[in-house]
This record gives sequence, C-alpha cells and structure tokens, in this order.
Amino acid sequence: MAATTGVDEQVAHRWPSAARRARLHVVTGKGGTGKTTVAAALALALAAEGRRVLLAEVEERQGIARLFDVPPLPYEERKIAVASGGGEVRALAVDIEAALLEYFEMFYNLGFAGRSLKRMGAVEFATTLAPGLRDVLLTGKIKETVTRRGSDSRPVYDAVVMDAPPTGRIVTFLNVTVAMSDLAKRGPIRSQADGVVSLLHSDDTLVHLVTLLEDMPVAETLEAIADLKAANLPVGSIIVNAATVSRLSADALLPAAENELDMQALASGLAMAGIEPEPELLAGLTAETTDHAVRVLAEYECREQLTAAGVPMLSLPRLVDGADLGGVYELADALADQGVGR
Amino acid sequence: MNSPTPSPTRGSAGDDERGKDEGDGERNDLETPRSAVRRMKGNRALNLKAVLTDPQIHVVVTCGSGGVGKTTTAAAMALYAADAGRKVAVLTIDPARRLAQSLGLGDLDNVPRKVTVEHASDAGELWAMMLDTSRTFDEMVACKSTPDHAAQILANPFYQTISTSFSGTQEYMAMEKLSQLAATREYDLIVVDTPPSRSVLDFLDAPQRLSSFLDGRMIRLLATPGRGVMKVVGAGLHMFTRAVTSVIGGQMLNDAATFVQLFEGMFGGFREGAQATYELLRSSQTAFVVVAVPEPDALREASYFADRLRGERMPLAGLILNRTHPPVADLPASTTASAAADLAVASPLTAAALNIHGDRLTVNAAERRMRARFDRAHPDLPVAEVQALAFDAHDVPALRLIAARLTAAT
Repeated sequence: MAATTGVDEQVAHRWPSAARRARLHVVTGKGGTGKTTVAAALALALAAEGRRVLLAEVEERQGIARLFDVPPLPYEERKIAVASGGGEVRALAVDIEAALLEYFEMFYNLGFAGRSLKRMGAVEFATTLAPGLRDVLLTGKIKETVTRRGSDSRPVYDAVVMDAPPTGRIVTFLNVTVAMSDLAKRGPIRSQADGVVSLLHSDDTLVHLVTLLEDMPVAETLEAIADLKAANLPVGSIIVNAATVSRLSADALLPAAENELDMQALASGLAMAGIEPEPELLAGLTAETTDHAVRVLAEYECREQLTAAGVPMLSLPRLVDGADLGGVYELADALADQGVGR
Repeated sequence: MNSPTPSPTRGSAGDDERGKDEGDGERNDLETPRSAVRRMKGNRALNLKAVLTDPQIHVVVTCGSGGVGKTTTAAAMALYAADAGRKVAVLTIDPARRLAQSLGLGDLDNVPRKVTVEHASDAGELWAMMLDTSRTFDEMVACKSTPDHAAQILANPFYQTISTSFSGTQEYMAMEKLSQLAATREYDLIVVDTPPSRSVLDFLDAPQRLSSFLDGRMIRLLATPGRGVMKVVGAGLHMFTRAVTSVIGGQMLNDAATFVQLFEGMFGGFREGAQATYELLRSSQTAFVVVAVPEPDALREASYFADRLRGERMPLAGLILNRTHPPVADLPASTTASAAADLAVASPLTAAALNIHGDRLTVNAAERRMRARFDRAHPDLPVAEVQALAFDAHDVPALRLIAARLTAAT
C-alpha cells in the first residue's frame, strides 16, 4: 500500500450500496471514539433532501441532549435538528423503565398498578434478574420505531440511527436470541424478541463501527467485526473518526518522521517569508513536524489493519477546534461527500 | 452567579493567556513539558513524583472515562515508583493487548506476576496483574464459606449471572482484589486501574449496592415465601410476581430465591469486607488521581469524579490531563498563517511545517479553553498535564517516557 494516500483500492471508500437500502443503522465504537457525535452526523446526513430520520440512544446517558445542547430528552420523539433540503432529525432517549412499563400497560392493562410496580422496584428487580431483558426491551423499542407506519401507511421514519452500546458489548446487545434464553418461553415480550431477531438479521439493518486510528480502538473494531460476522449480524462500514490529515507531501513524510527533515529548505523558506530562521524556531518547527509525521505514519499502519477486514471504510477528519454542534454539521457534510444520503 | 471568579464569556480567558504566552519568548521542547505546564497559569501543578515516592502512600487509584489512557497511566506510574526503588503491584482491568504483552500479562490468572525489567534502583520491583472478575468473586465465596456450600453457590445459575454480568460486579471485585493485595502487605505500593464506569457512583457504591440488592425487599420476599412482609403486600405481590414471571419466566425466580437462601449467612462477611476497603480508600495511605483528556466529554466525567470523590471525602490528589498538544515553536498564529499561504508554491515543505504549527496552535487554544473552564470549576485541584505521544505506548521505554512527563511538574 502506498504510504502517501493510506487508501487501499481493493475496498470501496464510499457508503456501500447496501447502506442505501438499510433503514436501521446501528452505530457502535469503543468508548472515547466519538460514537455519539458520529451517530448524530450520520443522522443529519441521512436526513438530507427532505427525509425524516430518528436518532435514538439506548444507554440512558443523555449524550444526544448534551451534544445538541438541549435539556435532557424525555421518553418521546422530539425534533432536534433540521438537515439540508428540509429534512429533519428527531431524537429519542430510550428509557428502560418506561419501556418495560409500556409493555406491562400494553399487554396487561395494568394502568395505576403499573406505577405501583415501579414503586416496588419491579423494573430494577426484573432487569437485574435477567440482564438480557434490558437488551430485549431496548432493541424492541427501536424495532417499533423502524416498523411504525403513519396514516398514509408509509414508514414514519426513512431511517433510524441508533447510538448503540460500545464495541465490547455490541454483539451481546444485538444477539437477542441468546438473551431470550433468560426470558419466559411464551408471552408478549417473547414475540417482541422474535420480531427483533428477524429485523436485526435482515437487509434493513446495518452495523457501523466508529474507530480512531489508534491501536486499542482498531483492535476492538476488528474483534467486533469478527464477532458480528460470526453472529450473522450485518456489518455496514467502518467509520474512521478524527483522522489526521497529512500536511506533508509523500516524499517529505518519511524523512520528517525519522527526524531527517531538510532543515536547509526550511530555513530558506522562512527567510523567503521574511521570518528570521533562528535555531530555536527551526528546532521547534522540526519537532512539531516530526511529531505530525510520526502520528500520520502510525495512523497509516492502523488504517492498513482496518483495510484487511474488507469492510467499506469512511473517514472523518479530526476537528481541530473540538467537537461541538457546529462540528457535527461539518462531519455530516464530510459523510455526504462520501456518499451518505445520496 | 455565586462563584468567586466572575465567569467571562467563552474563549476570552484563553485568548488573554495566549497573548501573554506568545510574548514571553519562553523556550519549549517536546521533551520538557515542564515549560508547557507553567504556560497554563491555571491551577497549581500536581506533583506526582511526591505522591509516587511517598513512603506513607500505599495505594494509588486512577479513575476516568474510557479511552483517556487510564491503564497506560497506571502502568507508567507503577513503573516510575518501581524505578524509584519501591515494590509495586499494578492491578489493571482491560489493558491493550500489546501493553499486556510487554508487561508479561499473557495469562489471565488473577495473581500478580513479576515484570522482567531492570529498574534504576536495585530495590525496585514491578508486579502486574489483570483482574478476572468472576474468578475473584468465586474465590471470595470460597474463602467465606465451607467447600460444600461454596460449590452449591457456584453452581447456581443466578449466581453465575451476578458474578459475570451484574452491573457493579467488576467495580466491586476490583476493590476486593485491592483489599486482598493490600492485606498481604507484600507491596510498598499498589496502583489500581478502575473500570471506565459511567460514574464514580457505581464504583464507590458497588459494595453497598451489591448487598442492598441482595438483602433488598424483593429478595427478602423470595427468600421467605409465605411469611412476614409478603402478607402485608398481599395482592400487590401476586400482581408483582405475575408481571415479573410473565417476562422472565418462573425458573429465574426460583434460582434467585435459592441463591438468596444459600447466600444469607455470608452477607455479614461481605459487608465487613466492603467496609474495610472503604476505610482503606479513605485513609491517608491512599491517593486518587482522576485521568482525562482535554475533550468536553472526558472533562465532564472528570468533574463528576472529582466532585464525587471530594463529597465522599476521599483523598483526591489531583487531575492528570492526558494527551495535550502544547506548541513547541514560538511563532504567533497570524504570522504563521500568512507565511504558510505565501510559501505554498515557493517552499511547500516550509508551508507544510508552518501549517502543522498553525494546527497545533488551534488545537492548543481549544485545549486551553477547556482547561480554563475546568480550573474555574475546581480552583483548588492540582493538575498535571501530559503531552501527547505521537504513537501508542505499548512498551517499557514508552511507559518511561510517559512517566517522565507525568512527574515533570514539581
């Protein structure tokens, strides 16, 4: 692979065509990789041209509210952003207690009694006894939003983006079949779980993995891809976040990384711009350039490992000014440039 | 606003500082982050050298959110103390594979292994282990009951759920392991890496939380069918059981009830153990350090950790602000940008170097705004900044480099 581009021609570096069909996009990633930010950017990009997209979080972290700088989201779908071309993104923070009580009310008509169940700690009790129940309830709610139809019998949402649990937990989370062994063999929750299994294993669903170009996130991403494939869960793409864009030309990169930067050229360049090339300044600029080159080369190595997974890869630049709301739109544009929402 | 410091609008404080810094002509070097620490003019520096070599401090606990370099930092601190002549054990939760290999943590056998590395001081020793949560739990059960009784507990399906996937178990077992290691008095210093739990609340509450679940009201009802509380609850209990059974099945409830009966006599021992650990953590033998990177989410978590630790009156030494990007070259942003534009064609190499410097100034300015905000919220919390490495640390020389940066502030 050429060290200059870091791009392997064998893998499409575009939004895969399967992703155009998919209606549920599950976004996972190791903690600290910017999973929530990327999920939000993906929702915005998918909402282009007047589409309606739901961005849902399932970890009771209120990460979406923080990112969009709004008060904590209640357990209901709320419009949170407008996308280019009149599209809109709605947000939902799935709450496990509310989801369970919703079931109780729907199927057992408990009403007031449902609230007293909550007071008695039934929800915490049930989810503690059967941790798999949490996952079934959360994925069940997501499934409901994906399959919900409006009065015109068309789906209410063109796409649903789920800010899912981190890579370490994603396969357990999505592998509802296993979680079901904890559950009653019959009944409404069971049939809900059966529906979730068929949605998650269908063409309607894709799992995307957010990673940084660093050893640990890359290793976790590769492990998660192998585990997802083994569990027959559909892998959509790797989304590289915060990639360093090389400032150096291909032939300058290696010498710079090996601390053999052409100091002569640097000094005369500075002089040309009217800057006195003092030794201290030269040393400082060289040190910074070396640091940059070493980082870029280390990222190329990580990218090569990811490429070997044979999964379509998209790439987002590091936002030098920190990830804020403006940054989310910037990342959404970068995703659109790579084919998302087309 | 009742804060003693007026809160200026976003960015203004950082800009002021930056103006001063650019004028002072201080020389910087990638290998001497000390100058970068002084440049911040924020909270006082966290002196980790003093913490790690203090013979009175026997436990250092790192907390922080995921992906901030907590494990690497814990390993670097342990290595530093060993190099300084102490016998150190580092207890890690989930190290990167290459780091684990370089520490000789190939096997998950739940006991510290001596790391084969030469230390500057002959007395120094570094031992490392990776936590095996369910094994630690099994050992704890075995040690607090008869072999026969323990075997019954270990075979119970509900115990297996609790010991592997109950939230809080990992935190609880990390503390249990720390307690065991401390009780051996084998080590001068134990450095503990904690799970990246969402809140320190889980971590501080884990001992109580486990037992409060286990001897909570619902469990009592299951443990003593047909007696006491159940009569009072009456019809409510029937509805409760019906609802719960409808989702998780009756077998699960039976397993849980059996488990509680088996476990009943052991609660006292667990609570005593948890209390002893809590006392150890709160004593002057312990130092907590919070680890963060200069990003909003990580700093928000760090704030929470710091507040919570202080609220519990835990001995918090300070914050390690990991992976910062202080500029090395001394050239203002405006000159840098215009010169880079002028040289784009005439000297692409110089233009690239200047753009790299310009990027670094931008990154640094954002980092300093975040640091300034954190400092305002925690004005008396010492901070140690650790400049980012350009590569991932997974061997002993890289850990030593990090250790040098960690302890540079005095």
